[in-house]
Amino acid sequence: MSKEHLVVERARKAFQTGKSKPLEFRVNQLKNLRRFINESRKDIADACKKDLNKSGNCTELFETLGIDGEINIAVKRLSEWAAPRPVEKSLLTISDEVFLQPEPLGVVLIIGAWNYPWAVTLQPLVGAIAAGNAAVVKPSEVSSHSAKLMEKLLPLYLDEELYPVVCGGVSETQELLRQRFDHVFYTGNSTVGKLVMEAAARHLTPVTLELGGKSPCYIDKNVDLRVACRRITWGKFVNCGQTCIAPDYILCEPSIQNRLVEEIQKCITEFYPDNPKTFEDYGRVINQHHFQRLMSLLEGSTVAIGGESDESLCYIAPTVLKDVRGDSKLMQEEIFGPLLPIVTISGVEEAIRFINEREKPLALYVFSQDRKLIMRMIAETSSGALVANDCLVHFTVSALPFGGVGNSGMGRYHGQHSFDQLSHLRACLIKKLNMEAANAMRYPPHTDKKLAWARIFFLTQVNIDRLRRMAMLAMFTSLAAFIVQRILRQR
Amino acid sequence: MANQSEVIDRLRTTFRSGVTIPEEFRLNQLQKLLSLVEENEQLILDALHKDLHKPKFESVMSEIQITLNDLYFAIDNLRTWMQPEYNIGKNLATKMDECFIRREPLGVILIIGAWNYPLHLILLPLVAAIAAGNCAVLKPSEICQATEKVLAELIPKYLSQDCYAVVCGGAEDTKSLLKNKFDHIFYTGSQAVARSILLAAAPHLTPVTLELGGKSPCFIYGHIDIQKAARRLCWSKFFNTGQSCVAPDYVLCTVETRDALLPALKETLLSFYGPDPGASADMGRIVTPRHWKRLADMLGKSQGTVVIGGESREEDRYFAPTVLVDVPESDSLMQEEIFGPILPILTIESLEEGIEYINRQEKPLALYVFSDESSVVNTVLNQTSSGGFCGNDGIVHMALPGLPFGGVGASGMGSYHGRWGFETFSHRRSCMKRSWLLEKVNVLRYPPYSEYSLGWLRWATTFKKGSWGSCTVM
Repeated sequence: MSKEHLVVERARKAFQTGKSKPLEFRVNQLKNLRRFINESRKDIADACKKDLNKSGNCTELFETLGIDGEINIAVKRLSEWAAPRPVEKSLLTISDEVFLQPEPLGVVLIIGAWNYPWAVTLQPLVGAIAAGNAAVVKPSEVSSHSAKLMEKLLPLYLDEELYPVVCGGVSETQELLRQRFDHVFYTGNSTVGKLVMEAAARHLTPVTLELGGKSPCYIDKNVDLRVACRRITWGKFVNCGQTCIAPDYILCEPSIQNRLVEEIQKCITEFYPDNPKTFEDYGRVINQHHFQRLMSLLEGSTVAIGGESDESLCYIAPTVLKDVRGDSKLMQEEIFGPLLPIVTISGVEEAIRFINEREKPLALYVFSQDRKLIMRMIAETSSGALVANDCLVHFTVSALPFGGVGNSGMGRYHGQHSFDQLSHLRACLIKKLNMEAANAMRYPPHTDKKLAWARIFFLTQVNIDRLRRMAMLAMFTSLAAFIVQRILRQR
Repeated sequence: MANQSEVIDRLRTTFRSGVTIPEEFRLNQLQKLLSLVEENEQLILDALHKDLHKPKFESVMSEIQITLNDLYFAIDNLRTWMQPEYNIGKNLATKMDECFIRREPLGVILIIGAWNYPLHLILLPLVAAIAAGNCAVLKPSEICQATEKVLAELIPKYLSQDCYAVVCGGAEDTKSLLKNKFDHIFYTGSQAVARSILLAAAPHLTPVTLELGGKSPCFIYGHIDIQKAARRLCWSKFFNTGQSCVAPDYVLCTVETRDALLPALKETLLSFYGPDPGASADMGRIVTPRHWKRLADMLGKSQGTVVIGGESREEDRYFAPTVLVDVPESDSLMQEEIFGPILPILTIESLEEGIEYINRQEKPLALYVFSDESSVVNTVLNQTSSGGFCGNDGIVHMALPGLPFGGVGASGMGSYHGRWGFETFSHRRSCMKRSWLLEKVNVLRYPPYSEYSLGWLRWATTFKKGSWGSCTVM
């Protein structure tokens, strides 16, 4: 029996004891997780530096602050989320209890990614713990320092049996996926996403897939380019472009392309003085494999900014390419790197067509001061999320569900969405054995008369509203008639 | 049969044109579906009787009325459901922005029906698909040929043929249908087929809703009015001849309760169907000879003792309401979902024993408890899991459109009915319109990063601990 099988068995047994169900336990574990983050800030920052050349401040900003936020909301609102949720009743259930009972699913598998190794692995864990589940955490082996640190330290803070960390590569992940889970939460690319879904299918396990895609960024020609470019440059080159919701490519009219390039250059100079290569806050490409992949994408396109690289450091300068064609190499796959193509189109009409010809992206960005244009983009395209006039920030609003659609994924999380995604909302109806006379009409032997009554009584809430409205109308009409009559009598 | 890919392409082209999006269009199609059902009630009833020998009462309540109810509900609430959700808590840095969640259609939905409620298992998902602004391909069960024929005729007659299509055929046709890409697949049926559907959906990354089944346990425990419990139990068990995914599959009770229950069951069955249920118009039939044989085999191999019923007739697929006692856990009747009018009674010595037994099995689609003691009901509720739960009655929880109808674990994934169906077939798109103002605040987030700016951002985080919004500030 494999190590992975044993770990999952142990987690399941731990779950079956019921210890993860009480709210106090869950809150306790979440608080321990928070303590872990607080006490390990330096270690986490070191690991991120080694993995991705993330600066300490970067790690704070993009990894740990987010996890902190999720934990704080979960701790504060858990009792509200976990409480029974009442729903509408019908005429016959007026005296019954009708509600949704949130319940844990069981053992959840969380497969993390390497680009934000802490955020995308631990934020789902917050949801899993809050919902009362056990969770097997499989951090990405690609961000190896972070994975090792998680494996070493997490068991010191969290219940080891309920929330084990399993490290390893492809074969260990495959072995994990052979086990039975009650939910699999995967962050990564669509190719592996399909394999995860297939593996889960064998056990009829539901999945949440946080994938990616090419997130378009449309820039209206009448926009304040200076501010727009600051936000886009920031959004693109954070983490060296290795963000699932980074603006992948720009769509704009040819008339503003040159100004765009100028403004972006200004931002790069301001953000990474004097040279991105030596500047602390500019990241690195994760490994050689991705470095080579990115360099090969440059083939056939015109560099307008940057283009320098250093394979020994996995360094690629912030790079912008102009006049990129729709069929170029850069436009065939998600870039996931510091290369920003500009594709020119004749206007918003063509932009919408261009976007709709491709798979639904995880995020769609629109820069415009024209509200109508923004609403049109929203109405005529589809994407996981849409942000007008900025990039990435929707990730921080936990009330907004974070997830994809179509090729960019299925399911959602953040805040209460994490809790709901990793719970079963059980439909409950608790009746009493009284009002049996009313039930008589549903029992055989059936007669047309009983049927007629049953049809009326099994009406839903909606029909009750209709009846209520009709009754109100009848009441007002008769009242009006009465008043009119009295007036006439007085004459 | 028209080429499947052509049909799907046509629907996809229509969807892309945007015609299914406006509220008026959706309402219009829902009204037409309403007319379809209202104007063809007798036709539908006849088809259902032909396929399943369904008593008129059952067909009306469980096929026609439930569909009408869901349609009224959708028509009356569509506007509300379609509204973007604006009540989104924000954090300090995003206070000036507009955040909302839109419900958007997915595209082309595939709805695969089942044979036990051949009408509503196709039409209820269709109501949700239309309400959510999608196009849909309907694949009714080929086992109920009369109903399949009625659907194939009436749907194109009433609804837009460019948006909704009916595809008929058997297992091979379903397999080839599944090779196409859909934006969501909705399947009602068995676990075995569900696996192959998930495997077909994975390469296209298509989300799936599975309405499966399982063995739905029924506790009868503690202080209870055994007569009333027996009536409700019999009604839920033998409705549609036991061929309901949410029928109470087996009973768990103490020996004393069982001894009180048996005469109550006998009396109830007599009052429902008379001395010879096979002659009662209110008793249905098993859907096919193959399923009749399955039940006969299961019963034949059982180690339990038949105390009520047991008769059956192959010629007209009749199976008497049958109750067995002394059924062990290893019995043939306890290995798979019965899906027929056979009710095993398993005796337990304590509630804990019963709960432990249930928790060793797969999570069922429904779980029932009959008891006057709320502590019993709550104990079972809190110590088990199931798709749905009903105390002191059977099946009826699925008729409330306010409650989501769906399974968990082996009994399924996802849910529908009422607004839940609308949500199933919608994408919740997060939208954020950032203000051009507050660029000065944004400066805090741009590189070069510094302790200073980080300090301000963390202050914003701590300050916002009391709000609903996230605590991170970018």
